[in-house]
Amino acid sequence: MPKTLYDKIWDAHLVHEDADGTALLYIDRHLVHEVTSPQAFEGLRMAGRKVRAPDKTIAVPDHNVPTTPDRENGIENEESRIQVDALDRNAREFGVNYYPVNDIRQGIVHIVGPEQGWTLPGMTVVCGDSHTATHGAFGALAHGIGTSEVEHVLATQTLIQKKSKNMKVEITGSLLPGVTAKDITLSVIGATGTAGGTGYVIEYCGQAIEELSMEGRMTVCNMAIEGGARAGLIAPDEKTFAYVKGRPHAPKGAQWDAALAWWKTLKSDPDAHWDKVVTLRAEDIAPVVTWGTSPEDVLPITEVVPDPQSFAGGKVDAARRALDYMGLKPGQKLTDIEIDTVFIGSCTNGRIEDLRAAAEILKGRKIKVKRAMVVPGSGLVRAQAEEEGLAQIFIDAGFEWRLAGCSMCLAMNPDQLSPGERCAATSNRNFEGRQGRGGRTHLMSPAMAAAAAITGRLTDIRDMMATIA
Amino acid sequence: MEKFTTLTGVAAPMPLVNIDTDMIIPKQFLKTIQRSGLGKNLFDEMRYDDQGNEIPDFVLNQPAYRNAQILIAGDNFGCGSSREHAPWALADFGIKAIISTSYADIFYNNCFKNGMLPIILPQEQVDILMEDARKGENARISIDLESQTVTSADGQVFSFELDTFKKHCLLNGLDDIGLTLEKVTKIDTFEEQAGQARPWV
Repeated sequence: MPKTLYDKIWDAHLVHEDADGTALLYIDRHLVHEVTSPQAFEGLRMAGRKVRAPDKTIAVPDHNVPTTPDRENGIENEESRIQVDALDRNAREFGVNYYPVNDIRQGIVHIVGPEQGWTLPGMTVVCGDSHTATHGAFGALAHGIGTSEVEHVLATQTLIQKKSKNMKVEITGSLLPGVTAKDITLSVIGATGTAGGTGYVIEYCGQAIEELSMEGRMTVCNMAIEGGARAGLIAPDEKTFAYVKGRPHAPKGAQWDAALAWWKTLKSDPDAHWDKVVTLRAEDIAPVVTWGTSPEDVLPITEVVPDPQSFAGGKVDAARRALDYMGLKPGQKLTDIEIDTVFIGSCTNGRIEDLRAAAEILKGRKIKVKRAMVVPGSGLVRAQAEEEGLAQIFIDAGFEWRLAGCSMCLAMNPDQLSPGERCAATSNRNFEGRQGRGGRTHLMSPAMAAAAAITGRLTDIRDMMATIA
Repeated sequence: MEKFTTLTGVAAPMPLVNIDTDMIIPKQFLKTIQRSGLGKNLFDEMRYDDQGNEIPDFVLNQPAYRNAQILIAGDNFGCGSSREHAPWALADFGIKAIISTSYADIFYNNCFKNGMLPIILPQEQVDILMEDARKGENARISIDLESQTVTSADGQVFSFELDTFKKHCLLNGLDDIGLTLEKVTKIDTFEEQAGQARPWV
């Protein structure tokens, strides 16, 4: 029977399946951060259990860590410090792989995993974090789990699962100039809604996806969860293999050859069955921004703020509430919305390519917003950006150049918005209060965020590109 | 884990769609290293003003709903972050069941690990129960997990679908890890075979 890529990875990890379809799935990589793991380790301790596969478990603090240069002196916030200290203690006590705060390899767990070669094609990857979907870019089955499931994976290296349905999202043709992976993934959510993927694993395919770099593919898969899907994945190809090769934990020598032979089989069969298919033309995708408080509230930058009455059902009230929260009026041009703050970073857009895209716009210019910060996704991304001269471009433009972490994406550390403060962000969620109580978030690509930093309002990157040219 | 069998109680109406886990429990409360004590911060930013005073309009601040055990919610409840603090906060407040047309995948799974029952019903039936919920104490809703039914205040009975394994665990208060460890020889065998087939993992 023809299979999808998801079917193939599922079958290769099936430990046991009950008659009702309840399955026990083997987990190849378990990523752990400080926020969703303390209760799980405590559960193990109380039950006298060990971590079954510490060599397949990778821990890194990211959510709480300060990103200011003084963090080597310790974390000031007591609760944050306790949580990071707990991870430190748990990682050492249970003997898992660990990148502590002041290790140069520390960073956002979803950036560290691929960077260190922990994430490989055909693997099952889980983490107590919804953006685990990121790792799907390698053709791995990767998804977020709750803390009880974190404990389950620590204790058994398996997860109890029911199989999801197969959904294909195809992006035909090539992206136009100024349009990026972020615009693809936001546009897909705009088309399908935040629950459009519920019950499915999405495979992204088509020419525009094949043409993306690995960084871009990670951006696309990262937001699969924002579309409600359990996971998003992309079949591995030569770009994937080239990215993986030589990474610290990638296979080497004969094992590389064996792995590569298997990885090359990891693609959906031509006549595989899809339960749902969504097709977008790359040429129809514009640079987009969000206007509301759900990632599905997305429009091309050339549009105006919508009228809540133009929606149906419960979305009418939700849109009204969103406009009230965002301080926007129907009919207002998106490009007239003034911005206070710019945040470039996160597991969605905190990789080197994202920093390059923003720096290209910022080079030789000054910001017009009150504050702007770049938070590289890992210490290694930061080091590379410094080596490439990007850091200096950001600093000269007026950006704060920070250390690695989740930072203002979810504002668990001191990087937060004040009530009413409006932010152009490259992160993944524009929920109420996400970046700080009362903070207003507009999601967009790194280049669009850089453009907003320069003009002080939401800006069509294509206009800016014309000026540069 | 606590068993879930039947429940009769007041239901609080929350018709807003796409209620996300950041709304259910904002990030500043995720710094705990415990599971308990989150109930007071459930829906914190909707429930309290900047000074920490209760916002009287918010449903769970109204006298009729302070002891609500059921939530009737808009579509796609629990979307966003995977934080299990969301069901922990709901459970700590006293919510044992939620009724909606749909849930986000991770939140839905997390509920079952904490003895909570998220019920999926069609829009028309959720609308009827939402009206019941608006009547507060005067309209109690009943849930029977064994028969997989919800009974509205005026006696209409709605059946819901549920995975048999999840139902079994909830009815008996079973711990997943214990159940899985009964299959440890299967895991051992798998690990050995997979280790030979894919030694690089």
